[in-house]
Amino acid sequence: MAATPAIELRGVGRRYGERVALRDVTLALGAGATLVVLGPNGAGKSTLLRILATLLRPHAGTCRVLDAELPREGHAVRGRVGLLGHDPLLYRDLSGRENLRYQARLFGVGRDRVEAALDAVGMARRADEPVRLLSRGMVQRLAVARATLHEPEVLLLDEPRANLDPGAAALLEPLVGRGSGRTRVVTSHDPAGGLAEADLALGLRGGRPAFCAPPAELDPDAVAALYR
Amino acid sequence: MLRTAAAILRKDLLVELRAKESVPAMALFSITTFVVFHFGLRRVGVSGDLASGVLWVTLLFAAMLGVNRLFLPERDQGGFDAFLLAPVDRTAMLVAKAAGLFAYLCLVEVVAVPAYALFLLQPPLGQALPELIGILALANAGLAIVGTFVSALAVQTRIRDLIVPLIALPLLVPALIGAARSTAPLFASGGAEAMDGTWLVVLALYDLTFGLLAYAVFDFLLED
Repeated sequence: MAATPAIELRGVGRRYGERVALRDVTLALGAGATLVVLGPNGAGKSTLLRILATLLRPHAGTCRVLDAELPREGHAVRGRVGLLGHDPLLYRDLSGRENLRYQARLFGVGRDRVEAALDAVGMARRADEPVRLLSRGMVQRLAVARATLHEPEVLLLDEPRANLDPGAAALLEPLVGRGSGRTRVVTSHDPAGGLAEADLALGLRGGRPAFCAPPAELDPDAVAALYR
Repeated sequence: MLRTAAAILRKDLLVELRAKESVPAMALFSITTFVVFHFGLRRVGVSGDLASGVLWVTLLFAAMLGVNRLFLPERDQGGFDAFLLAPVDRTAMLVAKAAGLFAYLCLVEVVAVPAYALFLLQPPLGQALPELIGILALANAGLAIVGTFVSALAVQTRIRDLIVPLIALPLLVPALIGAARSTAPLFASGGAEAMDGTWLVVLALYDLTFGLLAYAVFDFLLED
């Protein structure tokens, strides 16, 4: 018997008022696999991540994450998913350590895990500075620490390498890269880099899937056409 | 749930301690309003119904400043998303925010009530203080519960600054009446008189009713 997919979408759609942000997305992603979502700005990539994170309700179709149907069984998914979005979800007036300790309390995680997370993202020495005083790259590192603090089974990553220098990107690879061993959904504006780490690639254009296939089966013209 | 609420409350107090955005604004507004009343009324001092009304209307409008800002860090800095991703009882947010607003109001009153006695109140405050503290606590609870509920309702709207007073002030009229009527005898010109306990019961029932109502529907306010 085939294992239950970690993420299974059938005809998923979402509107914002009259505007259709996502339409008819169907896919299945196995546990530990990586789905890379490609598409131009406004294609619906972030909307898809927010639906999977239980932050948005799908308006059409069925959506299952970790064997729970969303949004009805969203409570069973929260705490097992980590979201790294465009916003770092950190309070600017608090330090990195204070932010992570607050998150740790919400997720029922011990303080030792906070210190380990700060070490892992190379922010232990700057952890007591207010977030508003840190550079974008440092804030992104803290955001990665926040998103992975509770050891989620599924990582939802919206351009995770944004604002990171190559050194920082390499440092964070074990946390959010393929090496993390987690099921990942990653949005990317870099088709070549994205496809290199994908088990499955979804191309979105105007909220509609342009393709959904393993990278080896993709027509390079179809990928290039997304951005024309 | 209480552990989560305590974590949110602790975080909110820390943010306010750093940013100093709500409590100083509310306190300054109260004092400025008392000064304006002092010159506007052209009296040596006020007592009775008028004294009670001036105090409570001022505190009510000052509270609106705090209510308006209550959920701003959650909206502007992603606090809502971070909270909604966590496997916690969402009502903890209501409890924490209401407790935070209650604390802000108490802090403001520590400054505002003595300033009121200095600028406007004719009878001495000392005699009325024990009962006044009880009334303030009951009224603050009502303000905090209704204020938190309305703030959560309005925070995602573009005209939040308008929506909050338009919804909150009518809802708070019963609390205002209860607080003002129970306070008036304490500010009698001849010295504090015995207050009517009925109004305290009204205030307590108001707190209970809106507390249960907010508890029942708050979860839906946080839904997408």
